[in-house]
Amino acid sequence: MSLALAVRKSWFEATARTRVAGLLDAGSFQEILPPARSQPSPHLAQLELPGAFDDGVIIGSGRLDEKPVFVVAQEGQFMGGAVGEIHGAKIVGLLRRAAQEKPAAVLFLIDSGGVRLHEANAGLIAISEIMRAVLDARAAGVPVIALVGGSCGAFGGMGIVAKLCSAILISEEGRLALSGPEVIETVAGVEEFDSKDRALVWRVTGGKHRYLMGDCAMLVEDDIAAFRSGAVEFLAGWAEPAPSVAHLRAGQQMLENRLAAYASYRDGLQVWAALGVAEPESVPLLDRDSLVAVKEGLPT
Amino acid sequence: METLDFRFDSKPVPQAADPALCGVVGSGNLEILVQAGAQPNACEVSIKTSARGFASTWQAVLASFAASHPAGGTRIAINDMGATPAVVSLRLAQVLAEYQGGGQ
Repeated sequence: MSLALAVRKSWFEATARTRVAGLLDAGSFQEILPPARSQPSPHLAQLELPGAFDDGVIIGSGRLDEKPVFVVAQEGQFMGGAVGEIHGAKIVGLLRRAAQEKPAAVLFLIDSGGVRLHEANAGLIAISEIMRAVLDARAAGVPVIALVGGSCGAFGGMGIVAKLCSAILISEEGRLALSGPEVIETVAGVEEFDSKDRALVWRVTGGKHRYLMGDCAMLVEDDIAAFRSGAVEFLAGWAEPAPSVAHLRAGQQMLENRLAAYASYRDGLQVWAALGVAEPESVPLLDRDSLVAVKEGLPT
Repeated sequence: METLDFRFDSKPVPQAADPALCGVVGSGNLEILVQAGAQPNACEVSIKTSARGFASTWQAVLASFAASHPAGGTRIAINDMGATPAVVSLRLAQVLAEYQGGGQ
């Protein structure tokens, strides 16, 4: 094992609290509603399921390279990071506060399968409130940066939330999509999508694919320090644009072009070939720096 | 889910970080929150666990912990998702170390 690998602290394997501690300037994190003062989910208790003291999400403020930032971190190990009523209310409250207090950014550490189905409508409403709050914070000039690299990725409603953020930083291990692979297979059949084929799942939803497609602004190593330096670098070169109809129309046109170009393809390999990648079959084995070089060499 | 409450005599623990938390409510894991309690020579433990019918195992693991560590003057709250006794013992030692300021 190389020295670089030996000192790396995996983002994928870390808990939400470890990610926050390593992402921000040392000792700067101030948690809002910490475990001793937060409340576990009453819905889970009704269903006879143990809750978590913080309902699976950590919110607060801190500093990133000296700049004041707000942070949301979902804990993927608790109920798949799914959004329940209290979990969602904590996120919405922090985003609304960001729109008022205007920190340099909100760092949104997404690790979630989407709505917590146990909480049904309360979870769905929470997701829609998060969407609105992300857009309100951005309209107030506060960048909201999604960091995706946990075991649950960003799926369902949280996949949409990720795409509503100013930008997404993702690792190869990260995944981003709307319907999860198992959901697609259950609804449309195994001939449509084989969720047991892990390599296929990553070729269609994984960080490298999302980065090549331009869905994510930055591809980073699966390393807490790499997410930190990536976030610092990204924010240094970013000014949150004012919301505009022209921007929305351009986004819509991009999606229509994508649908026209790739809708018939079955696999990331075909998409990468169409994007102009010379050896698409080599992409899954490339390290981060080589893949960034491939992306930068693509025809635009 | 089963809710269990215990009280054990234990030597007083010097407190540095109140409250202290460790672990996650994930499969085979648990989270433990330690806060200052009312009685300096006792530790009160409240458990919510997804695995029913293990009260005597919890009793044995916690009694051994309270006897071998100074844990008096604490209230310990646990949310458990089927952690094994070995994991429970490990997490208890970990969170107590953090409570005393020796965590991380």
